Amino acid sequence: MKILTGNDLKSGAVVWWTGVGWSLDVNNAADVGEDGTKIIAREEGAQNVFAAYVIDGEKTSDGVRPAHIKDRIRALGPTVRPDLTLKPSDPEAVNWVI
Amino acid sequence: MYKYDQYDQQMVDTRVAEFRDQVRRRLAGELTEEQFRPLRLQNGLYLQLHAYMLRVAVPYGTLNSAQMTVLGDIADKYDRGYGHFTTRQNIQYNWIKLEDTPDILADLAKVEMHAIQTSGNCIRNISSDQYAGAAADELVDPRPYAELLRQWSSFHPEFLTLPRKFKIAVIASETDRAAMRLHDIGIKMVKNDAGEIGCQFYVGGGMGRTPMIGPMIKEFVPLDQLITYSEACLRVYNRYGRRDNKYKARIKILVHELGKDEYARQVEEEFAHLLSQGIEPPLAELERIKPYFDDPAFDTGASDDLDLSDSDFRVWVERNCHAHKQAGYTIATVSLKPIGGIPGDASADQIRLMAQLAKDYSFDELRVTHAQNIVFPHVKKADLYTLWQKLDEAGLGTANLDSVGDIIACPGLDYCSLANARSIPVAQKISERFGSAEKQAEIGELKLKISGCINACGHHHAGHIGILGVDKKGVENYQLLLGGCEGADTSLGKITGPGFDEDGIVDAVEKATGVYLANKQEGERFLDTYRRIGMDPFKEAIYG
Repeated sequence: MKILTGNDLKSGAVVWWTGVGWSLDVNNAADVGEDGTKIIAREEGAQNVFAAYVIDGEKTSDGVRPAHIKDRIRALGPTVRPDLTLKPSDPEAVNWVI
Repeated sequence: MYKYDQYDQQMVDTRVAEFRDQVRRRLAGELTEEQFRPLRLQNGLYLQLHAYMLRVAVPYGTLNSAQMTVLGDIADKYDRGYGHFTTRQNIQYNWIKLEDTPDILADLAKVEMHAIQTSGNCIRNISSDQYAGAAADELVDPRPYAELLRQWSSFHPEFLTLPRKFKIAVIASETDRAAMRLHDIGIKMVKNDAGEIGCQFYVGGGMGRTPMIGPMIKEFVPLDQLITYSEACLRVYNRYGRRDNKYKARIKILVHELGKDEYARQVEEEFAHLLSQGIEPPLAELERIKPYFDDPAFDTGASDDLDLSDSDFRVWVERNCHAHKQAGYTIATVSLKPIGGIPGDASADQIRLMAQLAKDYSFDELRVTHAQNIVFPHVKKADLYTLWQKLDEAGLGTANLDSVGDIIACPGLDYCSLANARSIPVAQKISERFGSAEKQAEIGELKLKISGCINACGHHHAGHIGILGVDKKGVENYQLLLGGCEGADTSLGKITGPGFDEDGIVDAVEKATGVYLANKQEGERFLDTYRRIGMDPFKEAIYG
């Protein structure tokens, strides 16, 4: 699947396109198919996000997983600070990133 | 230390107001990211892997307690309770919100700090010896000259759009503690045969994808020509540095391609022209700056006696303290590398504690080192045990300076959008395996440096042992380098061979130290043994 990610303008936080808006949780990422470029143009034009780009991902039984390690780390947070990730109470969360 | 005059303060305050308006326009949709990006970068605001990152300048690594306190407060108020001290003697915050940035810059301006020129193709923060003004072995305090260069390079209209970023270091000791020859310009304060103080210029050093050791291009520049000669070096680079290829745009490539003699000749030509223009600030300006760096009011009767009956304290003194020029005092380094910790990170509480301790025990002064540690430059030996106890209680008493646990590591793929591999977990694993006092004592001085990509922010080329993280078909892979050094005898590390995975690189480091321990002669450091026996025994042990 193709998923779309970018950064929230105000906070800089990593966000994922859900089909109708942006989410902090990669598991809400929608398959944008061939529409990524079109969505980026519209959303960046509306100043909702910036630095947006399309990546390869996979829908697994555990959730949506970006293909590349860099995007998986973006999706979760720094692997060396589990307390600052999106799943601070889940010590196993780092395992799907690496 | 230096105090802003009305011009310094006005410039910084004006920039804060200007950026506040730029942020307002960006948030209101009046500026696109393309338009805004160069503006935020000029104010040290990057976009990193997870969020905006703000890099704050610490000129030549010197700061006072009030400034350090504000750095801790910013970590609490605007970030997530910590900051990261960098290999350029700066501090970075990893979780900054755009809308908060003008207020952060305003807070910084109140204590004479800013984030200007911590990004972009301009002259960056001037770095220096972290022991400046305190070391027993220095010729003069290099910081007045670094400050003069800071004033010259700040907002210099001709050098705000150079072909690439530009880094200058100034030292004044035979022992180079600032990696001077790995800078675009390295300046060493020297004395000539007539007994006059002047500047020796090394140009074209650097790390990154094409590491080079800067050659000396001018043996002696008189103090009243320092700025003119620096300007000539920059002008030749600005005119002929390559703008067509980002990877060949640093001055080291120009100096290498022209040859140092031809580059020096062109600089001389420009220098002669500039001398006729009279651009040098009057020496009176340097004389105005110098008193800001006068010695504090040392107790000239202070004793050199130290009670070392506490063995943990004794090890810390042996490892982390350095000879001071004033009898009865010492230079104490706080390691930000606890066993298994994140190199260079400090919590807001730790930052504020160090600020308070500097006020109580080091004449209100601290230094940030390029090895990502903090220095108390002027500690009376009579106060040292109390200082260490307070540091130790806060997790800041680790005794590992310049040993295998004192690892330089860039933020790597955990934070950096340019990185190819994570640096910090490798540093943590090495620190855990080698961090015990016994192991560190056995191995002795060993500078280990890790970068998560070829840009070499972790100085891997200059590590006795260097580690470079690369992306091998989407998987992190780590190359091992041996034999780098950043001191007076600067050398570049050589790659041992094929890379390793995360656990494999830690094993490889253990094998390399094993070769050292098996072959070392009396008094030899790891680097000395490597230089004597060469790469082959190490390769055989690592790959054999």
